[in-house]
Amino acid sequence: MELGVYSFGDVQIDPATGGLGSTAQATRNLLEAIQLADQVGLDYFGIGEHHTHEMPASAATVILGAAASTTKKIKLGSAVTVLSTDDPVRVYQQFATLDAVSNGRAEITAGRGSSTESFPLFGHSLRDYDELYAEKLDLLLQINDNPRVTWEGRFRAALDDALVVPRPDEGKLPIWLATGGNPQSSVRAGMLGLPISYAIIGGQADRFAPLAELYRKAGAHSGIAANQLKVSVASPGYIGADSQQAKDFFWTHWHRTMEQLGKIRGFAPPPRWSYDREVEGTGALFAGGPEEIAERIVKLHGALGDMRQFFQMDVGQMPHKDFLRSIELLGTRVKPLVDAELAGQEKKENINV
Amino acid sequence: MSEPIIGILGAGRVGTALARLAVKAGYDVRVATAKPPAEIALLMEFTAPGAKAETAADLITASDIIILALPLRKYRDLDPALFKGKIVVDAMNYWPQTDGHLPEFDGAESSSEVVQRHLAGAHLVRGFNHMGYHEFEQDARPEGATDRRAMTMAGDDPAARQAVGDVIRRLGFDVVDAGPLASARHFGIGTPIFGAGISASDLGDLLKAVA
Ligand SMILES: NC(=O)c1ccc[n+]([C@@H]2O[C@H](COP(=O)([O-])OP(=O)(O)OC[C@H]3O[C@@H](n4cnc5c(N)ncnc54)[C@H](OP(=O)(O)O)[C@@H]3O)[C@@H](O)[C@H]2O)c1
Repeated sequence: MELGVYSFGDVQIDPATGGLGSTAQATRNLLEAIQLADQVGLDYFGIGEHHTHEMPASAATVILGAAASTTKKIKLGSAVTVLSTDDPVRVYQQFATLDAVSNGRAEITAGRGSSTESFPLFGHSLRDYDELYAEKLDLLLQINDNPRVTWEGRFRAALDDALVVPRPDEGKLPIWLATGGNPQSSVRAGMLGLPISYAIIGGQADRFAPLAELYRKAGAHSGIAANQLKVSVASPGYIGADSQQAKDFFWTHWHRTMEQLGKIRGFAPPPRWSYDREVEGTGALFAGGPEEIAERIVKLHGALGDMRQFFQMDVGQMPHKDFLRSIELLGTRVKPLVDAELAGQEKKENINV
Repeated sequence: MSEPIIGILGAGRVGTALARLAVKAGYDVRVATAKPPAEIALLMEFTAPGAKAETAADLITASDIIILALPLRKYRDLDPALFKGKIVVDAMNYWPQTDGHLPEFDGAESSSEVVQRHLAGAHLVRGFNHMGYHEFEQDARPEGATDRRAMTMAGDDPAARQAVGDVIRRLGFDVVDAGPLASARHFGIGTPIFGAGISASDLGDLLKAVA
């Protein structure tokens, strides 16, 4: 099973002013984080398109392109690309270029995004929320299938036998569909035969089990081979050497982010008791010590059959060194435990049959 | 009303979570979206087995209580004539971030008051709005449980509030009746109750403090 990290590029506190620090520094910090993730053997790093001062990772492929030259094996993707407000031709070109410079390690995860700053930024109307996404996904998939595209839609100029290059050596780019739990998205991904990425950011994570089942069933209905139907999970998480300290530490930063979000969107930030309930068992927040996090990853894997889980660690102006430490522990402590446990389970199954 | 049939418009996060709870509580549950029922039959089979996919028009005719769980930006698609005399629960919130800017919801009144004016003949109750969909099942508890949470609701027809209150209780929550629909603005987005997840007595205190 693959493990990884995703980030929107969390900005640090400026010690001089006590306010938000440099967005440029936050961007450089990501390069260091991706390099470390590769060194400690993690499988995936995703950059989520974001357009705020707190989280400024607006140009994922630039960061990933730079990271491609300092890393060897780690897969480099978006988590997510807000496809609704981007041009699929340009998205494809950028990720295909990333794929070329990283020797085949690029992935696209397309989604609507949980924040909608990109709509006014790129001159799109939220009125077209559903239609924009459907149309742009359609074009992106067509470009992935064929370098020459003839296409017509509402939201960009038509294409007449247009050539989109470069092309990936493997023929196609992995394109994941991201969803926050709307069941129709699971059906859509299954019918299209696209891998699906569940963003599970609150509540109980195993509520996604029926959706994963629905996804596979929808895929089977459309004649998609089972091995093409992949599930991944993105969730908040933080690993520290000591379980309780890790939970207390992550609480301060996660809570700050929820407060910032709550102020914009008008909800009360979840209280500590609710957090405590979600950092254990089947909860969606993976903060804690290496052993328990490994155990919880394996447990969720049992419910969802996910082939990858990756964590958003740097939230709420977390000091960079703590972010790096958590990445290191995920690679050096959690990953071997997960590998060993899953290998043991497989062996047992083989004996039983 | 002996055993009401529950119809849910919308098969998204909220619609399927409520459908699951309602099936579990023993209700006859129908679900519809804007699309033909065949398109959501598979989806319902996995997300809320036991709930029946129907056309929206059939659902509205057959159901005693209709829950609106579609994006608010689509409310004008609802045909007022079909809703005459029906008990309707409005679970929709106005999220400009995804609904886009809808000028009719700019004022101080609750979005449900606007929806009630559109569905003029319906007995509308605002409910299920101030909790995240993932909390519906996580927090549902049998009557009398010490950690049972509360939901509030508001609507101009006391009989409709009574009927909706019964459903909310059976789904697993205590009920704090906020009274007429105009009080719905006290538990909308941006109020302390929105997202709070609290007991009936705490919720009652918060309502008293703002009313
Ligand atoms: N998410 C939450 O935690 C939460 C909590 C409380 C309240 N709410 C409110 O509940 C509503 C639904 O939210 P959600 O998160 O469940 O959204 P969602 O996952 O996007 O689902 C929306 C559902 O509505 C259906 N729909 C769209 N137009 C329709 C129409 N004209 N008639 C019938 N069905 C229609 C959609 O299906 P088709 O497009 O295929 O027809 C889809 O099944 C929103 O107003 C939201 O503000 C949400």
